[in-house]
Parts: sequence; structure tokens; C-alpha cells
Amino acid sequence: MNESALSGLQSPALPRVRGGFVRRWVRNPWRRPTILATITWGYIAWSLIPLTIAIAVSFNRSRSSSSVNLFSLQWWWTDPSDSLLHDPELHSAVIQSLKLSLTTMVIAVPLGVAFALGIDRWRGRVASGANFVMLLSFVMPEIILGLSLFFVFSFLLKFVPLGSAAQILGLVTFQLSYPVIIVRARLLSIGKDFEEAAMDLGATPRQSIRAVLLPMLYPAIFASAAIVFADTIDDFVTVRYLSGPATSEPLSVKIYNFARGQPSPAINAAATFMLASTIVVGAVAYLLYRAFTRGQRTGAGLGDLATQL
Amino acid sequence: MSAPSQVEPVHRRRRSGRAAEEGIHYSRWFWPSFTIPATIWLVVLFILPLYTVVSIAFGTVDPIFRGPLPVYEPWWWSGEQFGKVLGDSFGLYRHVYIHTFEYVVIASALCLVLAYSVAYYVARYGGKRKTLLLALLIAPFFISYLMRMLAWINLLDTEGYINKVLTFLHLVPHPIEWLSGRPSTVIMGLIYGYIPYMILPLYAFLDRIDANLLEAGRDLGAGPARTFFRVTLPLSRPGILAALVIVSLPMFGDYYTNNLLSQSPKTTMLGNLIDEAYGSTGQGPRAAVFVLILMVLLIIPMLYYLRSTSRSLLTR
Repeated sequence: MNESALSGLQSPALPRVRGGFVRRWVRNPWRRPTILATITWGYIAWSLIPLTIAIAVSFNRSRSSSSVNLFSLQWWWTDPSDSLLHDPELHSAVIQSLKLSLTTMVIAVPLGVAFALGIDRWRGRVASGANFVMLLSFVMPEIILGLSLFFVFSFLLKFVPLGSAAQILGLVTFQLSYPVIIVRARLLSIGKDFEEAAMDLGATPRQSIRAVLLPMLYPAIFASAAIVFADTIDDFVTVRYLSGPATSEPLSVKIYNFARGQPSPAINAAATFMLASTIVVGAVAYLLYRAFTRGQRTGAGLGDLATQL
Repeated sequence: MSAPSQVEPVHRRRRSGRAAEEGIHYSRWFWPSFTIPATIWLVVLFILPLYTVVSIAFGTVDPIFRGPLPVYEPWWWSGEQFGKVLGDSFGLYRHVYIHTFEYVVIASALCLVLAYSVAYYVARYGGKRKTLLLALLIAPFFISYLMRMLAWINLLDTEGYINKVLTFLHLVPHPIEWLSGRPSTVIMGLIYGYIPYMILPLYAFLDRIDANLLEAGRDLGAGPARTFFRVTLPLSRPGILAALVIVSLPMFGDYYTNNLLSQSPKTTMLGNLIDEAYGSTGQGPRAAVFVLILMVLLIIPMLYYLRSTSRSLLTR
């Protein structure tokens, strides 16, 4: 400690480093972080290249995943029996997927936003208990949640049949914590000043929430709606345990069942379709997020969105 | 943030004065009423199901149909099913527990090394490219887990690209069967599947570390390595622990990575035992006991995570 401090004092501008090239390179505080940059870009390549290949397979003419042929929409709609559009099983699965995701989003987001608002201002033992249970549902591994819901619907709450109803109830339970966490983070950064100012100017509590607080929460609400949608359309654990007849299996479950059994480029097309729909929803949410945070003190960059996740 | 909090006392006094005059105040049930719907939802569809699992695990079995008969009153609970499965856990299934633990520890350790490097690079050296880098790091969030596993099934297939390249370069004589019971493939799949969940929280954490502290370390004569190990790393320890927990919790309950990338009893994990018990008739009580065991094993990391994040949520 002493030695290094002294050497620092002797040459404050450029610490003199003896030794070979490697040593000097390692010690140079202004060198570019080459190793870290390589790791980062390497990771990004590793995380995205397999996906582009999987997407490419869905536009491939051949059934084999390795031989690349001409671009074709055979697995999307041209093929009369095996394509995503014409295979009746895949076709109904797409509709089931969209139905489950949209319904879950519509139920989970308002419930979660209201909970976040209430729990942020309500203090006390009951409040912290409710908050604890909410966060516990966030960290509980999905297999535990999915199976326990399966048990409750087959033994205690028998009036809910396995199928769409049970799936939606289960998905909402699993997704409820996302809007709560995202909206609470936003509430913390907003503070109580705006709302109190509105009430000072004569607004009732209800008005101050609806006219002042809620618009400020829109970015968080859109972000959480997009996340809930994306996460639900991909879900196959909870949904699989709670699915009844084969018609209630959404696309994700079909893909899971077929992925190893009878792989076909139509499965890739199905997965690509899911990807495209989440990207559309994500893009819409991001644009809304941008639109509603414009002109606010906090930037609307991806960095903020990332820290809210 | 500090300016409004200084103003607040005056502000509040004024408001409460007016509130008394004009009747603008939150009634006692105003805020609690917001939380009631979600709380009821959680009690019925989260707490009650967990209790059902316990009632089945400590319940009895239908003597004819072998189906579970849940017992809801704790005073009638029997430990027969639980004891049987627990006994098997130390005998027949011991290797499954060991596998699970091995895979999760290796995968989360590798995840941490990779994720920390990436997050550190983006947070400190991202510069102008930060937005692009973040977009690329967020992308896997919006890509389904299934899609990502499907990609690897395509690649690692005996006729897939990886084997094509390997045999073309004469590195291996025959295509390697990556997808039948290789622990390395399963661990790779776990890393691939869960690392995005680690990078973003770590990035958020590292981004908040005050650069002045690092400069102070350097000004006091510490080299880059020393600054990192004495300043950055200790400061990021809570973030690292939270990220490790958030990644390893779902890994412990994972069965699909294994089913998709291995499908072999050689790499069976605890999640697979649960899933198989769910799939076969007469195994309901066994599935419930396994779920209960998994829950008990994970309760400490879960509580740790909740404590650490609720603290960071409040002090942010």
C-alpha cells in the first residue's frame, strides 16, 4: 500500500512500469478493455446466432435442418397439410396462445397496478404480509406453482375445469408480480409531490390518482403489459399442467411436445410466429413508453427500461 | 431526490391543515382497498394451492385407484408418503439430488463469470454503443425459452451444423450425439437459458456504482486489478448474490432443458422426477412430496433474495 502510494506521488501523470510488453500492457490504465470487449461481443454472438439459424430453418424448403435450400413459405402456409396455417392442430394452438396471453394481460396488469398503488402507501403488518406473499409468488419456481395449481383445481376447487379457465387463473397468479414490481419502482422514482400538489389545488384523492399519478405511471404500465404478454405466450410449464383436452394446449405446449418427438420446420415456423408477435407487442410498448416519457426529467432510454426489469 | 424531502414537512403540515378544513383526506380504507383484489387472488390461488400440496403430501392414498386423498386437517396428517419418498431420496434418488446440485452450481458459477464480465463491460465501457449493447442483451428476454432451446436442438442434432462443421474439419470421425444424455449439453442449455436474467440485474447494479469511488481508489495508488478487487467487487457483492439466487432458483426447478436437450435418465434432475411423477397415474402423492421437498430446499435462498431486494427497492 505504502509503496504504491509513493510511486503514485512520484509520477502522478504516468506511473512508470518496468517489464516486458505484456506487463506494460496489463498495467496500462488507459488501454482498451480488449478482453472484456471480446467476451461481450462473443456472448452476444453466442446468444443470437443459434436463433437466427432456427428462424432460417422455418423458411427452408428441405425438411432437414442442415441443408439450406431456397427461401420458401412452405412451412408457413404453402404446404396444404403440414404448414402452420393449414395444420388444424397448430392453427388452433396459435389462437389459444393469443387468447390466453391477451386475457392474462388484461386481468393481471390492472390487478397488479392497483396492488402496487395500495401497497406503496399503506403501511402496517397486514400490508407487509401481503407484500411478502406477492414477492414470494415472484421467486417461487414455476414448477412448484404450476403443480400446486394443478392439485388445487383437481381436488379443492373442482368447479374450475382444467383447460382455458384454469390456465388463465394460473397464468395471472404467476404474472401478477411483474406489474407490481415495475410499477412500484416507478412510484418510488415519482415520489408523492405531484399527487400532493394536485390535492393542494383541490383535487380529491381519486382525482389526483386518475388525472396525475396514473398518466405518470403509463410507461411502467405499458412495459409491464408487454412483459406479461411476452412471458405468457412463451409459458409452457403452468399452462401444460393446467391444460385439459388437447384443444386447450397453446402453441408453446405444442412446441414443447413436438420439439424432440417429430421435429418439423413447421415447429420452427410456429416458434418464429411467437417470436414475431412478442416483438410486435414489445415494440408497441416501447413506442408508447417513449411517447409517454417524452419531456420528462428522467430519460426514456433503454437503460431505464433495463433497470426497471 | 434530496430537495423534495427537505420541503416535505412544511408541505405536509399545510395539506393536513387544509384537509381538516375541506375534508380532503384518505379514509382509512382508501389505500388498503386497492390491494384487496390482488390479495384475495393470491390467497385463493397461491396460498391455498401450496396448502393443498402439503395436504396431499401428508395425506393418504386411495387403496383401490392409487390416487391421492388429501387430508386438510393438520391433526390427521400422516407422514407415511412423505417418509417413503424421503427414504428414497437418500437411496434410490440420491444421484438425482447430487446431479441437480452439481449442474446448478456449475451452471450458475459459469453464468456469473460470463454475466459479470459482460455487465461490467457494458456499464463501464459501453460509451456510445451502450444503447445498442443493451438492446442486444434485452433481446433474449423477448425470445421464448422454447425458441432458444429449439435453436440448440437444430444446431446440436446429429445432422446439425455443429456436427457438420466438426466432421468437415475432421476433428471428429463420427457425428457426436450431443443430445442424448450429455451433462455438458445440459449445463450449456441451463447457462444459455438463464444468463439473460443475470446480466440485466448485474448491469443495473454495476451502473449505479459511483465512478468517483473507482477514481478515488486509483488516485490513492491502487492499480486497475487492485481497484477492481478492493473497490468494485466488494461493492457489487449484494448484486452478485441476488443475481446468483435469481438464476439458480428456476434452475433447481428446471425439467424442460433436460427433457429437450438430453432426454436420458443419465442426466435426470429433481425437476424431472416431479414432472415424471405428474405424468404417471398413481404418482400424485409422490409429485406432491417432491414439490414440498423442493420448496423446503429453496426457502432459504428465496427468503434471502426477498430480504435483499426489498432493501434495495427501498433505498434506491
